[in-house]
Amino acid sequence: MMAEGVEDEEKWLAAGIAGLQQNAFYMHRALDSNNLRDALKYSAQMLSELRTSKLSPHKYYALYMRAFDELRKLEMFFKEETRRGCSIINLYELVQHAGNILPRLYLLCTVGSVYIKSKEAPAKDVLKDLVEMCRGIQHPVRGLFLRSYLAQVSRDKLPDIGSEYEGDADSVMDAVEFVLQNFTEMNKLWVRMQHQVGHDFWSCRCYSACQSFILLADHELRLAVGLSGLQGPAREKDKREKERSELRDLVGKNLHVLSQIEGVDLEMYKEIVLPRVLEQVVNCKDELAQYYLMDCIIQVFPDEYHLQTLDVLLGACPQLQPSVDIKTVLSRLMERLSNYAASNTDVLPEFLQVKAFSKLNNAIGKVIEAQVDMPTLGVITLYSSLLTFTLHVHPDRLDYADQVLGACVKKLSGKGMLEDNKATKQIVSLLSAPLEKYNDIDTALKLSNYPLIMEYLDIETNKVMATIIIQSILKNKTRISTADKVEALFGLIKGLIKDLDGTVHDEVDEDDFREEQNSVARLIQMLYNDDIEEMFKIICTVRKHILTGGPKRLPFTVPPLVFSSLKLVRQLQGKDENPFGDASTTPKKIFQLLNQTVETLSNVPAPELALRLYLQCAEAANDCDLEPVAYEFFTQAYILYEEEISDSRAQVTATYLIIGTLQRMHVFGVENRDTLTHKATGYSAKLLKKPDQSRAVYACSHLFWVDDQDNIKDGERVLLCLKRALRIANAAQQMANAARGSTGSVTPFVEILNKYLYFFEKGNPQITVDAIQSLIELITTEMQSDSSTPDPAADAFFASTLRYIQFQKQKGGAIGEKYDSIQV
Amino acid sequence: MQEVHDYFKSLCPDLHVTRGEYDEDSRYPENKTLTIGQFKLGICHGHQVIPWGDLDSLAMLQRQLDVDILVTGHTHQFKAYKHEGGVVINPGSATGAYSSFTYDVNPSFVLMDIDGLRVVVYVYELIDGEVKVDKIDFKKTATTRSAH
Repeated sequence: MMAEGVEDEEKWLAAGIAGLQQNAFYMHRALDSNNLRDALKYSAQMLSELRTSKLSPHKYYALYMRAFDELRKLEMFFKEETRRGCSIINLYELVQHAGNILPRLYLLCTVGSVYIKSKEAPAKDVLKDLVEMCRGIQHPVRGLFLRSYLAQVSRDKLPDIGSEYEGDADSVMDAVEFVLQNFTEMNKLWVRMQHQVGHDFWSCRCYSACQSFILLADHELRLAVGLSGLQGPAREKDKREKERSELRDLVGKNLHVLSQIEGVDLEMYKEIVLPRVLEQVVNCKDELAQYYLMDCIIQVFPDEYHLQTLDVLLGACPQLQPSVDIKTVLSRLMERLSNYAASNTDVLPEFLQVKAFSKLNNAIGKVIEAQVDMPTLGVITLYSSLLTFTLHVHPDRLDYADQVLGACVKKLSGKGMLEDNKATKQIVSLLSAPLEKYNDIDTALKLSNYPLIMEYLDIETNKVMATIIIQSILKNKTRISTADKVEALFGLIKGLIKDLDGTVHDEVDEDDFREEQNSVARLIQMLYNDDIEEMFKIICTVRKHILTGGPKRLPFTVPPLVFSSLKLVRQLQGKDENPFGDASTTPKKIFQLLNQTVETLSNVPAPELALRLYLQCAEAANDCDLEPVAYEFFTQAYILYEEEISDSRAQVTATYLIIGTLQRMHVFGVENRDTLTHKATGYSAKLLKKPDQSRAVYACSHLFWVDDQDNIKDGERVLLCLKRALRIANAAQQMANAARGSTGSVTPFVEILNKYLYFFEKGNPQITVDAIQSLIELITTEMQSDSSTPDPAADAFFASTLRYIQFQKQKGGAIGEKYDSIQV
Repeated sequence: MQEVHDYFKSLCPDLHVTRGEYDEDSRYPENKTLTIGQFKLGICHGHQVIPWGDLDSLAMLQRQLDVDILVTGHTHQFKAYKHEGGVVINPGSATGAYSSFTYDVNPSFVLMDIDGLRVVVYVYELIDGEVKVDKIDFKKTATTRSAH
């Protein structure tokens, strides 16, 4: 069983540790009594535990670490010994008498460390000797750990520039040579692991024999065997790769050491280090090693080195095994270089000098060509990294950015819309990069390939991208100022403007849809140009696009367009008439456009919204002194009221809007005004609920009395309205009495009383003190009557009205006189 | 609009809304009254009060709602009136939206500091890119009415 295998390993590890500890114990005793002989004997025995083949790398490491700790103590002892007069050279000889090669070499490295420290021989000589000797171990796991030990103990003793172990002039070269050699050998061992026989008890040679045996054996045995060592080749491969992964840092460490050597400058890196390392990487022909080591090189050495060796580095890429994930390697390289450029703008000229962009571009092109089966995600990722690189390094070269996008388009073409989620996400990130970088949609709009890429996104993602674009504009408060740019922009966001493939998608979430459309509405507000002609063009362009949106979108997009247009009308009012004929924009033209635009709301249908917009337009036409235009808008509003608005509450609100707007109109001649007023009063009187009727009718009284226009102060018509409102209120009382037994609230009466007072103060001669007085008495009587329902709100209202009258009386002057005769 | 509603709620959970003429949401009332400290406040968008923006007509609404302070809108023009019955405040438009009433809509809003019998009205206006703040004091005389 697999579980059994693991259990066995645990047992072996425990046994190894036990053996190690036991020998360590005796070794310590020997150290304490300065018994060199015994120390060597027991340390060798201890190290023999590392000769095992039974452990996985993970477990071997545990054993190795314990040995390592013990060897530190031994090293200290050796140092003491040399101080006590023992010759280090002799010691170096002595340890080579150890029986088995592995313990021998560990001991040798340990002594070597002391040897170098003693400076009795140049560091380079000792190191050279050691690294050569280690060839004696060819078993991958054991060899890797041994050489790792060598690397560890030699780390601080390399003959580097400025180090105390620096010998003559050429010593850095020696240090580099040492590390390179160790690295090369370690890599070879590491790669060999891939082809190594499994370390558990079934060896490969037995495999085929057992296979045939199994075929003949009984079912249960087959099962048992199948589940134990003979997992099948695929399973083995996975296991091996996992083990190799565990060891990779041992190999990679050497590169790290190389990068830390002071004496390794750009020159040396370029001439010696990189070529040697790459040679090993390419020649080992191992996928795992190549991927890991390429990545290691990129991460470990400084970015400026990479810039200067770009040719060499990129040149190695096509030579690697085809199965290596080179795109990730390249992406990471570009990421590093992008960050380098971003953090330090002084280095930008260097990028230009080495022609980094074109080299990378070519390399990517070659890789994509070579790996025909590369999935779309891979291609996009590569170009995404390249684009980020371009944006950081060459922000002013839009043509480079466009080139990258163009290459993407080429690769995507012929594949239809993307289905892969990750790929679409990657494209979104690709397209978002220019937006974030430039903070200005203008620049993104200049990239000719930008909209082409969006064609390959599915509808959902298209919308997502469109939203990102709009958010970017809103966030940066970018003013989109020409009709051409608006056209391009609306092309990009068409996913939000209309249903793309002709079919309506009912599954869209209501809230999401609303948010989308609201953001489009906000966007419309951002489209502006001071120049009137250009602004009109912009409005026409927007209109053209939003009218393709269909009934669900129009209620969101039409209002902002209407208000933008009304603002333009205002601007025109401020300017003089253009003497050069009717080619230019006039308020009339805009109103025509507005009329046609609001009309489209009938397709939704949205009569209430349309009514409000017509009334707004009417007011604007009023301000421009365009009587026929204003009249037309009112007509449209009235038609909607009569034909489309049937909900009672909606009618009430609509009536107030009509009255309120009409009250402010000064452009109408007598006839037109009369017609419209008559209709408005009619609507008021026909509202469903009597109290609503009463209110609306007294509101109409204001239609006959406008403060700033002396020719609209018709006192009689005002009084007629108020009396009519009173009659309706009365009727309402009687109805309530009949229907419910009590007369209902007197509030409408108090309201009308207040209106009487209003016009009384304004000087309407038809409003007499008597009328007011009798109204007050009427209300008082009603409130005290048995059949009335107590209504604290009405009481308070009446009370405050009476207080108001008192206050006016006490004001003195003309007002005081007027109010004098009213008794409360 | 739900987004705006939520935004306001994030500024202050105690939110009171009355219906404007473009609000399709019928759950907002036409007007509302509430008490804060010693003051009764009334809220009404104002498109229901004809003539629009007329002080005397608004004062009538104030009497009808029986409030010390009436908060109203619709015209997008900042106004603060004091009269015998109390105070009428129109904070203007917070976004500077188009209005048929005024050609120069400067975005504005109002904060009221209600303390005992005194209310201080702070007006914030955005004029030519700069925020200008103004202050108006109102004191409620204890004799005008009994405290509610």
